[in-house]
Formats: sequence, C-alpha cells, structure tokens
Amino acid sequence: MNVEILSRLQFAFTIAFHYIFPPLTIGLGLLLILMEGLWLATRNPLYHNMARFWTKMFGLIFGLGVATGIVMEFEFGTNWATYSRFVGDIFGSALAAEGIFAFFLESGFLAILLFGWDKVGPKLHFFATCMVALGAHFSAVWIIVANSWQQTPAGSHLEVAGQPVPAGHAFDLADLWQSRMVIDDFWAVVFNPSSMDRLGHTLVAAWLAGAFLVISVAAFYLLRRRHVGFAAASLKFGLALALAASLLSLVTGHSSASGVAQNQPSKLAAMEGLWETGPEAALHPFGWVDMARERTLGPALPAGLSLLVGGRPSHVVTGLHDIPPDLRPPVQATFQCFHLMVGIGMGLIGLSLWGAWLWWRGQLADPANFATRWFLRLAVPAVLLPQLANQAGWFTAEIGRQPWIVWGYLRTSDGLSAVVKANQVLASLIGFGLIYLLLLVMFLFLLNRKIQHGPEPLEESHELPDNWLKQSRA
Amino acid sequence: MDYQLLWFILVGALFAGYAILDGFDLGVGTLILGIKDDHERRLFYNAIGPVWDGNEVWLVTGGGALFAAFPAVYATVFSGFYLAFMLLLFALIFRAVAIEFRSKEPWVWWRRWWDRGFCAGSTSAALLIGVAMGNIVWGIPLNSKGEFTGSFLSLLHPYALLMGVTTVALFMMHGALYLHLKTEGALQARIRGWLNPLIITFIVCYALTTLATLLYVPRMTHVLREQPALFGVVILLVLAIANLPREIHRGRDWAAFVSSCVTMLLLMALFGLGMFPHMVYSLPEPAHSLTVYNAASSDKTLKIMTLIAAIGVPIVLTYTVTVYAIFHGKVKLGKDSY
Repeated sequence: MNVEILSRLQFAFTIAFHYIFPPLTIGLGLLLILMEGLWLATRNPLYHNMARFWTKMFGLIFGLGVATGIVMEFEFGTNWATYSRFVGDIFGSALAAEGIFAFFLESGFLAILLFGWDKVGPKLHFFATCMVALGAHFSAVWIIVANSWQQTPAGSHLEVAGQPVPAGHAFDLADLWQSRMVIDDFWAVVFNPSSMDRLGHTLVAAWLAGAFLVISVAAFYLLRRRHVGFAAASLKFGLALALAASLLSLVTGHSSASGVAQNQPSKLAAMEGLWETGPEAALHPFGWVDMARERTLGPALPAGLSLLVGGRPSHVVTGLHDIPPDLRPPVQATFQCFHLMVGIGMGLIGLSLWGAWLWWRGQLADPANFATRWFLRLAVPAVLLPQLANQAGWFTAEIGRQPWIVWGYLRTSDGLSAVVKANQVLASLIGFGLIYLLLLVMFLFLLNRKIQHGPEPLEESHELPDNWLKQSRA
Repeated sequence: MDYQLLWFILVGALFAGYAILDGFDLGVGTLILGIKDDHERRLFYNAIGPVWDGNEVWLVTGGGALFAAFPAVYATVFSGFYLAFMLLLFALIFRAVAIEFRSKEPWVWWRRWWDRGFCAGSTSAALLIGVAMGNIVWGIPLNSKGEFTGSFLSLLHPYALLMGVTTVALFMMHGALYLHLKTEGALQARIRGWLNPLIITFIVCYALTTLATLLYVPRMTHVLREQPALFGVVILLVLAIANLPREIHRGRDWAAFVSSCVTMLLLMALFGLGMFPHMVYSLPEPAHSLTVYNAASSDKTLKIMTLIAAIGVPIVLTYTVTVYAIFHGKVKLGKDSY
C-alpha cells in the first residue's frame, strides 16, 4: 500500500476512534449542568445522586478522550507536513485557540468536577460543571472552524514564494513547498460559509450521543427493575434532551446540506447520487450507486432534492456528469454514509417521539406496560445509533471533500509529508490498531462495570460533605 | 520587539510550562515502581490525579502555538521525527489510560500491569522528549526545501541520548520534590531519602551534557560570548541548582520545589538563548536552517495570535492557580480518588 492510503487510513482510524468520546462528553456535560442545577434549585437528593453517578461516567469517557485526542494534533505534522506548511497560517491559529480557550478550561475545571466534591462548596462545584461543559462545547467550536475552513476556505489568499496569487489561479506543484495560504481576515475565517451550519449540526448530534447514553443505561435499569427512581428520572433528562436535539438535528442538517449544495456542489451530488444536472432533481431515501453505468438505483421522490435545497421543483441541481471525473469524490461511500446518517437521524426522532408520548401518558417508567417494555428494549442498544450517525456524518463530510484537502487549493495526495515512508506509517498504524483495541476493550469493560455497579444508594449519597451541609443550612 | 521574537519566547514559555508541570507527573510515573505498597502507590497517583491532564494541555497548546506561529518548524520536526513522535504518542496514551484505569479494579495483577505501563510510558515520554531536544541542539540534516533528510536511527546519537537520560533524571528529581510536598509520615521520609541521590544524578548528567555541549556544539554558547550580561542566566541556574539540597536540608519543601521549577525555566531560557534565531539548525548545511524569520507565519497571524494569547493566558493562569490552590496540601484518599 502506498503512503497516501496508509496516512489517510491512519488519520481516519485515529480520529474516528477519538470521536467516540467527545460527543459523549459534550452531551453528558449539558445533562450534568441540568442535573446539578436542578439539585441546587430543589435540593432533591435524587438529583445529587444522579449528578454524582453521571459525573463518574463522564470522568471515564473524558479520560479516553484526552488520551486519544493529542494524536491528531501530532498527525497534522507527522503525516501531513506539506499540508501543515500550506495551512499553518490559518489552521494553526484555530488549534492554538482551541488549546487556550477550550482545553485549559475543560481540564482545569474537570479537576474540581471530579475530585472537588468535598473541597469546594456546591455553587462553586456547579460553576465548575458549567465550565467543563462550556469547554467541551468550545473545543467543538474551534475544531469545526478549522475543518470548515478546509471545506470552504475564506478570509485568506494563496501566496507563492511570498507573492500573492489571484483567486482561481493555479500554481505549479513544483512551487508547493514555498506556497501557503495567508490570512486576510480572522473573522471571515471563523465565520466561513460553512462553519456555523456545521457547528450547529455537530453540537446537536453530540447532544444526541450524550442523551442516548443516559437513556440506554436508564432503560437497562428499568428493564431489570434496578435503581428504579434514579433510572426513571435519568430517562426523563435524557429523553428531554434527545427530543430537542433530534428535532434540531433535522433543522441544522437541512441548513448544512443547503450550504453544501451552494458551496460544494460535487459533494452534494455524491451525497445524493445525482448524475444529471437539471431541475426536478430526485431524492433517494436509500439506494445503490451503479458506478459502472453512472446511475443511482432505488426508490426516488421526484423533484425532492430540488425542493429541499432550492425550495421549488424548478431549482437546478448540479449532477456528477457536470463535474470532471478527477474532481469527483468517491460517490458510493459518500452516498451510503450520508444515507446511513439521515436514516439513523430519522429513527432517533421516531424513538424520541415515542418516548415522549409514553412520558405524556405517564407510562414511561413502567416496564409492566407492553409498549413501554418494547420502547425500553429498543432504547438500550440505541446508544450505538448516535455514535454510528456521528461517524457516518463525518465520513460524509470528509470523503465528500475529496480529492481536496483544502477545497479548491490543495489536493489530499499533495498534502503528505515528503520524508515519511510507507513502512513507517504501516508500523504506526499497526501500533495504533493494537493500542486502540486494548483501549476499547478496557473502556467497554470498565463502563459496563460502572453500569452494573450502579449509583450509590440514595441514603448514602445524601450524606453530603460537612461544608456543603453548612452552606445548605445557611 | 518583533512578533517573530515574541512568539519564539511564547512558544518557549509554553514548552517550559509543559516541562515544569508535566515534568513532575512524568517523574512520578518513573518513580512509581520505587515503592511496593498499593496504598502508597495510590497516593502517588492521586498526588497528580486532579492536575495531570491540565498539565498535558500545555503540550497540546504548545504544539498548536508552534503550528500556528512557525508552521515550517512544526512540519519539518514532526515529519522528520516520525517514528520517535509516534512512540511518544504511544507512551503518552499509555500513561494517561494507566492513571485512568489502574485503581478502578482491586485485582493485584491488574494494578501491577498498569503500574508498569504507567512507569514505562512516563519514562519513555521523558526520554523521547529529551532525545528530540538533543537533536534540535545538535542540529539535523535539512535539504534546501527545509525537509529532514536523516533517518530514525540517525536521531539516536550519543549526544541526543545523553540529553534524553538527563531529561529523565531531571523529571525524576522534580517528581520526587513534588511528592515530598504532597506526602507525609513514613512515606515522605522514604521519599526524602531519594532526594539527594536524585539531585546528584541530575547534576552529574547535566554536567556531562554541558561539557558535551561546550566541546561539540559551541554555537550554543556564542550568545554568551557576544553578550556577557547573559551570563547572569548561567549564574542564576547554578544558584537554583545549588539551592535544592540547601532548601531540603532546611526542611523547606516548598522552596525546594520552586527552586526545581526555576531550574527548569532557566534551562529552557538557556536553550532558547543558544538557539536563537534558529529554530531548527541544519547540519551539515547551516544555510538550510529554519529560523524564527524564515519559518514564521504572516505578521497578521502572529498579531491575531498575540491578541488571543493576551486574552486567553491571564484567564488560564487564573484558574490554573485556583485549581492548584484548591488541591494544595497533603494528598488524602477519598471515594472519588483514583
């Protein structure tokens, strides 16, 4: 295998593995704020108990996120050195800002969140919880800004050997080593055409991941009739967030896709398997792309795509035939990943609505009820669905960006490190494979142990630290 | 002062912060196998428990700042040191999850293996960081495009290895001083017994490194010859090191640890002074070197970054100090402990 394939595989593998964890901490962080906040407002020990238990889960997940997160920052330099030189002027600042504004905030206050229960008062602890959750959200902001700039570069221009090159003007690959993107306008970089749409969509998807973790564990307890009060309350927190986030993901997903249609027509055409340019472009709810005959098989809603991206059937959507073959992304992979994400998203809306209906009927926590039992049985494995959708969404975004690493400026194949050999990347890829396998097994094992152990009994956890009791009385 | 110089100092300050903070974590990791009792080992883990991942953020942010301010340096060094940095990543991952997983199960074999992983990961991370620094001081072969032309094995020359060993010794000393601060009773007495041997080991290693530098890398001392006033830094460094056994002898644990922090800061300052204006010195072709000027981002980016740092750094320092203040004092095990 050549060094390009291996480097892409390694980056995809390490970031996909890492991305199991941050969405969970973003979503769970938000729920922790709600739980602890409600405890502060009501002093109901149940909420305190919930905050304690879910904070422990949060700590385990966060630890894995930290351990695997540093890898990508190294990989830009180790495997994609040419890319790093080319984009450092812009991309690097976003990473540095992420470190300063997000990671320090998260890790600093995490110490209080995890270990500070009996060192600080309840209000300061709640503040720390808020800061950790805020830090988790901030980290998403900066990394999405950086990635979105790669998708839709703005606020910058190309420079070859220190001389600005007009937009649209190609440069000779021989000059690549002395070419770079240079910043013109920081805010135009931050608010590039795709960043805010994608940020919104990524964040609500992360909320879904956190919400369904809580839902899944709570459903498991209810089915086993363990920790019933705790589980019923947790389920409601999870469900409330899941309902809001699943509906919001529809809205943010729609505006993201409209942005793709406008800014990255080749990606949209691949996502939808659209070959012919024209009005009344059809929408495939699912299907298979016949690459040999260049057509897409499967049921189609006539004019559906035109309606979605343009608001009217006569809206013209660009098809793959109008995109030069060497500028098309891998169509099948983009199409299937995108449809997997959308399909799961719809399923999650359905599941959340069903749960909300049971809640409204007052049957949510009653596994003796037939419908509730089935809902809970589905809810347990449903923790995997947002995870799958998150991965599929990112695979759509990144595969659909090909062949570009910086849209319209630099191809992925030109961004590699010139000095790194295929066998070196193979060695590190095998190393990551083995280590991450071990990590995944350990993570699932410990997560399962924590779930089996369950929350502390209510009476015990209600024994608050002395200084908290004093303050509660005061 | 131009922005390039400012960012040379700021990136250096971030890495110095990393060395000072994660340095004691890594040192604790190397020392963990020096005690056998499980309760005492847990005290070691929990001494760094609330702060280790915040400490590692200094590396992440330092790396990000290097990427942003000097992309050419970041790209050349990270791709040139490919295998070494992959090993560093594996080491950092291992020790992170070892801290996280180790005390979650009571089984003896489980804890023993994670302790070994923690020690191996921490020690190899320190060693690799030192070897990388040693290569930067020594110089590495670059071509006219600023790309590394050596191999992984060419990075493992005696000078770099000596620097690696010195770094391990430095972090062990620093870690022991930190533990001395965080423990009490019999365990503290035992750690106290380690301090002088560790300080002497570091001084021997550092003396050898200095001798090798004077003999084989004389360009690192040019700046001292040209600006004798900077000799003050050397004198301060010697005083800071000499102060270590003195403070321990007088029973001032805090002052000893601070002295160790100052030692590390001054070591980084000397490193920076010796290197400037080079960031990667090219050997045998010095004309291909990367300097703070030919490797820097645009002035505009450096200006933006300066603004980001001016807003961010005071906030970060405020809550970093707060967190350290909240967790100050002797480490105790509770139900939230590792």
